[in-house]
Amino acid sequence: MSESLAGLEEAARRAVEAATGGGAGEAEAWAEGSRNREVRVHAGTVESLTEASGRGIGIRAWIGTRTGYAYGTDLSERGLADLAEAAVGAARVADEDESSVAPEPAGEPAPEIEGLRDEDVSGTATAEVIDLAKRIERVALGRDRRVSGVEEVVYVDEDTDAAIVTSRGVSGSYGASAAYSFLQAMASEDSEVQTGLGFGVGRSPRQLDAQSIGAEAGDEAVSMLGASKPESRSCPVVLSDRVTASFAGFIGSALCADEVQRGRSPFADRLGDQLASPALLLADDGTDPGGLASGPFDGEGTPRGRTPLLRDGKLLAYLHDSYTARRGGASSTGNASRSSYRSPPSVSASNLMLEPGEHSLERLFAQAGDGVYVTEVAGLHSGVNPVTGRYSVGATGRAIRGGELAEPQREFTIAGDLLGTLAAVRAVGSESRWVPFGGSVLTAPMLIDELAISGSQAAPQ
Amino acid sequence: MSSGAGAVELLDRELAARVLERALARGGDFAELFCEERRGFSLSIDESRVERPQSGSERGAGVRVIDGKVTRLAHVDGLAEEDLLRAADGLASALAGEAKKPLALGAAEPPELQEIEIEPASVPAERKADVLRALDDRARAAGPEVSQASASYSEGRRRVEVFNTEGVAASDDRTRVRLGAQVVARRDGTVETGFETLGAHRGFELLDGDPARIAEQAARKALELLDADPAPAGEMTVVVGGGFGGVLFHEMTGHGLEADAVQKGASVYAGKLGERVAERLLTAYDDGRMPGEWGTGAIDDEGTPCRKTPVIEEGRLTSYLYDRLRARRDGTESTGNGRRASFRDLPIPRMTNTYIQPGDADPEAMIAEVDHGFYAVSFGGGQVEPATGDFVFGVSEGYLIEGGKVTRPCRGATLIGNCLQALARIDAVGSDFEMKTGFCGKSGQTAPVGTGQGHVRIRGITVGGTAV
Repeated sequence: MSESLAGLEEAARRAVEAATGGGAGEAEAWAEGSRNREVRVHAGTVESLTEASGRGIGIRAWIGTRTGYAYGTDLSERGLADLAEAAVGAARVADEDESSVAPEPAGEPAPEIEGLRDEDVSGTATAEVIDLAKRIERVALGRDRRVSGVEEVVYVDEDTDAAIVTSRGVSGSYGASAAYSFLQAMASEDSEVQTGLGFGVGRSPRQLDAQSIGAEAGDEAVSMLGASKPESRSCPVVLSDRVTASFAGFIGSALCADEVQRGRSPFADRLGDQLASPALLLADDGTDPGGLASGPFDGEGTPRGRTPLLRDGKLLAYLHDSYTARRGGASSTGNASRSSYRSPPSVSASNLMLEPGEHSLERLFAQAGDGVYVTEVAGLHSGVNPVTGRYSVGATGRAIRGGELAEPQREFTIAGDLLGTLAAVRAVGSESRWVPFGGSVLTAPMLIDELAISGSQAAPQ
Repeated sequence: MSSGAGAVELLDRELAARVLERALARGGDFAELFCEERRGFSLSIDESRVERPQSGSERGAGVRVIDGKVTRLAHVDGLAEEDLLRAADGLASALAGEAKKPLALGAAEPPELQEIEIEPASVPAERKADVLRALDDRARAAGPEVSQASASYSEGRRRVEVFNTEGVAASDDRTRVRLGAQVVARRDGTVETGFETLGAHRGFELLDGDPARIAEQAARKALELLDADPAPAGEMTVVVGGGFGGVLFHEMTGHGLEADAVQKGASVYAGKLGERVAERLLTAYDDGRMPGEWGTGAIDDEGTPCRKTPVIEEGRLTSYLYDRLRARRDGTESTGNGRRASFRDLPIPRMTNTYIQPGDADPEAMIAEVDHGFYAVSFGGGQVEPATGDFVFGVSEGYLIEGGKVTRPCRGATLIGNCLQALARIDAVGSDFEMKTGFCGKSGQTAPVGTGQGHVRIRGITVGGTAV
């Protein structure tokens, strides 16, 4: 164990002692230390460069079955005492909840996962990552004379240590790194401007390929020039890998047991039901080293694992943390997540993994015949109702005519309901990649039999 | 009366001056030290059970050096002298020029104090829990079809101090309180949701009176939607409701006026200053000084006093929204829109409270003139791509307009369109007016913003529904 991990674990241990000494029956502390770097490049020059380190801790305290949480950045003796007092004070406000109990240590050891941290993150000089970001921009600009600019290339990397200690004997720590870059390219012709997104994600800057990231953004922007509105109708739709990832994220959050148990999910009371197309195979996996959400344990110390969610069309499982598991008479699936020490753990998908199918993207277009290829959706946070599963989101993409990709289309919406869409999946594509949208998703394109498109005047009845 | 009165300074001025001097020890045009202390408390109720009490406190600072086109930021947790100096030294080490002497820090302007009647942190948590219980009761009393109710309370206090090498020394102390209520209604197989909020740049006195009314409003929305039909699809006239309807202007125009997007040519409003972009009946402002509103402050996060900026006057585009950096590039002054989500972030041009000034149309008459259209009372939110001007909004409460009358409620509607086109098609602005709270996301930073307007009518916008 590194020195910093040991230091964090020690801080967590002192925090737990402060809480139990201050009136908590049980307590848990999550400590984090991180170093991160962000570079923004525009027009060949560095616009901004941020370098920072930080550390903080969050304490969850139980008084009987009342729970409270407090976080802060002061890890001194005094700071931890104040924080413990705040957590215990918060717990006194909560109502009793018989399912709210400090998690027991797991019977089995947490998995060892190789490759969560790539030393190249801290080993790569800032000048090198600046150069990477500049290269990405140059690639995008060089794709076509109509690529008129890049709004900015953003490059971020981070190196994080995390440690957990509880009064019930749970303890552990691990380190992980991440690096990603994205850009938005603009293509212009006459007075029209279109945009295209490119991105790459990995554990270190060396895993980012400037060529593919820049090309994706430049090519997409150019491909959208001359876009028109499609006609309103219902038709076959191919969702790009990125859009499929957003859908998978939507499915993943609706499968979280807290919302299911509270009757706020379209999947409530549907366990074991035949509700999806057999073409759709989905699992949550918190142990795949390729997924940035992976770790040996979750936000409350439960070992991460793999949970098949949809197979043979059947809904196989919900995602649980210790609270929902106790409440639902199930076992935790290791899905207690924390966005940082600033938030208490809550159920969330880790890495969602969609099983790739047999068909190339071209083959999906051929099967669609006449329809729309959706490459981008917008307005997910307002256009998706997680309780009912209904969605209506803005979209851009390309027409599919005679089984082939045709002219660009924009300013339309796709709408439907989640369960209907799951049943209407005809095929999943064979080319998959990790996408950091909708959480962390290993995704592939997907062909939907029929979706409602709203664009220009409705087609004659 | 005031929470800020007599508050202890976050940072000693002499230390601030030393940090700035060290930051420019090897050159650079400008340096700034931003210090912050944030404290917050939140609580929710779900299934009639008070849960998730949470309190947080952080202190930290960000040191920024601008050298030519390059901005460098280093931030640290805590305000320890050695950490601040190390951050300044780290930034200086990236340069290799002559030391630049900062201007002496100006006389500490007495901070303009926010009027707070009841400091939220002084109110026992149990009373906050009781407010949530009242919301829960009210939501459930709205009808037997209410199957779920939840509500949340949050308070935050953010003290900031800004020092820079141009002599600025400024501070602000911002307290905000917010309540939200969500209701789920069920009938047979139909499920609907309703949401309502109440928030302000004010103290706990915001909750005087009857805050539980928002739970009733959320319940009413959900219950009404049980009778809804699928939303229509296609282009039609849309009347947008007051209050959170203002998010339409926020997305459609406000983001495109933020100077960072404009300067990169990534805004459809670039190069349009002084031009006619809307009918004469449209006048709009960004106003960081509206008393008590969600996006209000005394200064922005660069120490520039907040102000009221006319952005559209009688249909003509009159101003972009600037922070210091972008203002300097355009040879103009900051409009007080340099905001940062926390000391961990760089300031960027952001809206504060953005609204369309009330017009003279009667909202009922605006609807009565529409033969076939859509009434979008409120939105769940929206999104715009400033470079292309394409926007999308999720309608949370909407109705059909048939023969000049509001008829059936519709579910699942989305509005999509292009900014310049839709802005030019606004043909009536109502005389009513309301401000609402919102959270705006940009470049990974979230900021509290106010949005507002009266009823607004747009001729010809695409409604994306499922009734194809």
